Amino acid sequence: MVPEDTITEDGRKIGGVVMEMKNITLRFGGVVAIKDISFDIRQGEIRAIIGPNGAGKSSMLNVISGFYHPQEGEVWYQGKRRPPMKPFEVAQQGIARTFQNIALFEGMTVLDNVMTGRFRQMKAGLFAQAIWKGSAEAEEMKNREAVEKIIDFLEIQHIRKTPVGRLPYGLKKRVELARALAAEPSILLLDEPMAGMNVEEKEDMSRFILDVNDEFGTTIALIEHDMGVVMDLSDRVVVMDYGRKIGDGTPDEVRTNQDVIDAYLGVAHD
Amino acid sequence: MAQPSQTTDGLESVPALLQRNATRFGDKPAYREKEYGIWQCWTWAETEKEIEALALGLINLGVNEGDFIAIIGRNRPYFYWSMVAAQSVGAVPVPLYQDSAADEMAYVMDHCGARFAIVEDQEQVDKLIEVQEDLHQLEHIIYIDPRGLRKYDHRKLHRFIDINEQGRAAYYELIADLKARREKLTYDSICVMLYTSGTTGKPKGVVLSNRNIIESSKSSSAFDHLTREEEVLAYLPMAWVGDFIFSIGQAYWCGFCVNCPESPETMQTDLREIGPTYYFAPPRVFETQLTNVMIRMEDASRFKKWLFDTFMAHARKVGPALLDGKPVGALDRLKYALGNIFIYGPLKDTLGLGRVRVGYTAGEAIGPEIFEFYRSLGINLKQLYGQTEASVFITLQPDGEVRSDTVGVPAPGVEIRISDTGEVFYRSAGTFECYYKNPKSTADTKDAEGWVATGDAGFFDKDNGHLRIIDRAKDVGKMADGRLFAPKYVENKLKFYPNILEAVVFGNGRDACTAFINIDLAAVGNWAERNNIGYASYQELAGHPRVLDTIQAHVEEVNRSLAFDPMLSHCQVHRFLVLHKELDADDGEMTRTRKVRRRIVEGKYEDLLTALYDGSKEIFTRTEVTYEDGRKGHISATLQIRDATVVPIERARVAAE
Repeated sequence: MVPEDTITEDGRKIGGVVMEMKNITLRFGGVVAIKDISFDIRQGEIRAIIGPNGAGKSSMLNVISGFYHPQEGEVWYQGKRRPPMKPFEVAQQGIARTFQNIALFEGMTVLDNVMTGRFRQMKAGLFAQAIWKGSAEAEEMKNREAVEKIIDFLEIQHIRKTPVGRLPYGLKKRVELARALAAEPSILLLDEPMAGMNVEEKEDMSRFILDVNDEFGTTIALIEHDMGVVMDLSDRVVVMDYGRKIGDGTPDEVRTNQDVIDAYLGVAHD
Repeated sequence: MAQPSQTTDGLESVPALLQRNATRFGDKPAYREKEYGIWQCWTWAETEKEIEALALGLINLGVNEGDFIAIIGRNRPYFYWSMVAAQSVGAVPVPLYQDSAADEMAYVMDHCGARFAIVEDQEQVDKLIEVQEDLHQLEHIIYIDPRGLRKYDHRKLHRFIDINEQGRAAYYELIADLKARREKLTYDSICVMLYTSGTTGKPKGVVLSNRNIIESSKSSSAFDHLTREEEVLAYLPMAWVGDFIFSIGQAYWCGFCVNCPESPETMQTDLREIGPTYYFAPPRVFETQLTNVMIRMEDASRFKKWLFDTFMAHARKVGPALLDGKPVGALDRLKYALGNIFIYGPLKDTLGLGRVRVGYTAGEAIGPEIFEFYRSLGINLKQLYGQTEASVFITLQPDGEVRSDTVGVPAPGVEIRISDTGEVFYRSAGTFECYYKNPKSTADTKDAEGWVATGDAGFFDKDNGHLRIIDRAKDVGKMADGRLFAPKYVENKLKFYPNILEAVVFGNGRDACTAFINIDLAAVGNWAERNNIGYASYQELAGHPRVLDTIQAHVEEVNRSLAFDPMLSHCQVHRFLVLHKELDADDGEMTRTRKVRRRIVEGKYEDLLTALYDGSKEIFTRTEVTYEDGRKGHISATLQIRDATVVPIERARVAAE
């Protein structure tokens, strides 16, 4: 059942399934946000989740990141069934995310914000960190180096010491990506990474997402509204509408799927 | 004509200077680059090893003596090493502007027939691959940053560190060859080939020999007493002759350290961290910095603003005199010292100019207020006049004889004469060998005796023997009634206003002068914000009636000052318009060094020019624009044309008397 490793047209290697969602159903009281959805994410791919407003995309991402616990269904991660977990436990498993409405520490500098992403890699105790001696110092140097590489990678050197609150929106999004990357995730979840950006910022962001995937081999699951971007970026696309999965496949397959066309162009619902 | 060769102690090439530096002071820093937030440093000894490895790698890759190697990237140690490594193996480095479009690059690459290119990243590789079909000679591309390039076809593509590694591995095999090649280098070998941006026509390859570069560096370093201890920040395009002289010629001659910024955006921070002692910037950079300071002072608290204004007024009064070592009263000195603690010192530090011992500006005229501002702070800012063809230096201002309207006295070893038509000619040891594959242009520019035509019109000031440049000789024209027309002079007067970024004045063969004006978005935008004027785009702001009023006031002020000029009082601007887009190098309206291409602007905006002369009040226009990635689009706008008040010349004369 595990698919063979495949090589994409542009030469990237896509491996076996790392995460599988099996028959997930999520309810909030009487509202069914997600209705019996199954799909998988393969190692090294860019997997998009798309759908009209209110389709349940963000809820799906929140299920993956451990924010919501589905009433029915199972989440399988790295070949094991994942018990219900707190978000920080999920993060410790190597799943990092960004948020739709930017959740950075506005008063802190870019550098400090990105450093918080290294939380998982900091082992020194509170006391050792406070007096900043021995292992704490060495650890911070190591982490700072890793963070600087990410700052270089995302080309945000010029705002390293700038408080996040003073940055324009597009750059904040990039800082959030930097923080997520700092955790060295094996799966990166991006919640509308391009919402509210202009064309140029979108192009930049697309390039960074592709580069992250290419350079670090990070598996990426993203939600996005801009169809052009999604179709260009992703290897496979899940399409949701009213909490149901209505399509799943390569961008080309999805584009020609009648249900998907209906959902986007709009037909009368019963 | 070359000067009689002085004793050179065998130091007849840049690689020879490198070896001297590595032996004499190998443990001194030669290069720094900020990377990953830390200044990484290479000493002269390490630099020599890096360059040697790269040179061996280049031989290993098949570089022959006399080959051309294109160097395309922003200022990084690797590129400086590449240039010296290329010289070491007997090849000729050709640095190119990294922001040129692919077809511009193709022309130059094809013209010099480069077999190799050393480039920065994917962007440059993509550009070269795009034009590669037409470049039959281009064999190998070496890149520094591997990002995004992993999947490319690597038959012709090599990573910089791999070439180095291969060089090290082949050390015993190739070192004899490298040494032999290095020893063959003389004063007459080609040191570098630089393409001039060319305000007209295609770029020309200026061939500069080791003699040109080393002699110029030697005499100019002596002129300003440059030592091994200088710190410079290399941030100007590597394809520009100035950067080559400062960051290679003088740096290798004196043995000082070249610091490379982390990225173009961090330049200001890096400047401050390094605190250069020797600094060059075009007037535009000084203008922008001053505008930023003024904008921020507008937002400062009242007390701070008062403090700033008071002490700056005092600095303007005595600062320049103090700098020139002229007598200043004790009380004024005390007040200046106080100002230094409160205002000048911190300000200079913020600007990153706190340690500048010798600062230069050149390329364009600098506004007297701007020039005075920096000098009054105690920064020894001077002007020089130079050209690629002269290995930069033609004239320099000596310490203590600095003025904003002259460019100084002939640099050491430079002879200057003014022709009958007013054009400036020079000859020196730095005078270029020839234009590559262009004997006709060479002959047009340089005569048999070695005199080079600068293309600039100027004269020597009678009072102090300093050279004054009025305009490009070919731009100096005649108005319909035969009087002198010098557009640059008027444009500079206009550009001295912070609100005006660029101006193009017309009037050749006509009976009155008119002008196109570009607003400065930073200055005007800030003004709009403070005055609650909303705008959605550059175009909207540029067309705002109150902006037009402001610009009109500036134009009229310039007219009033022109009225008193004995030579150019008839060049007052009668009508003007504010352009709806910034003149841009991507649209071919400016050169990469940001000089206006007059003829192109004239041709492209013919409709607007007609409107300036036919009396219309407004005009609708549609303009093609080129985006950074080479795509094209259109913008259209209706522009207002304003009449500016001119001062009748006779009345001004009477008033003056």
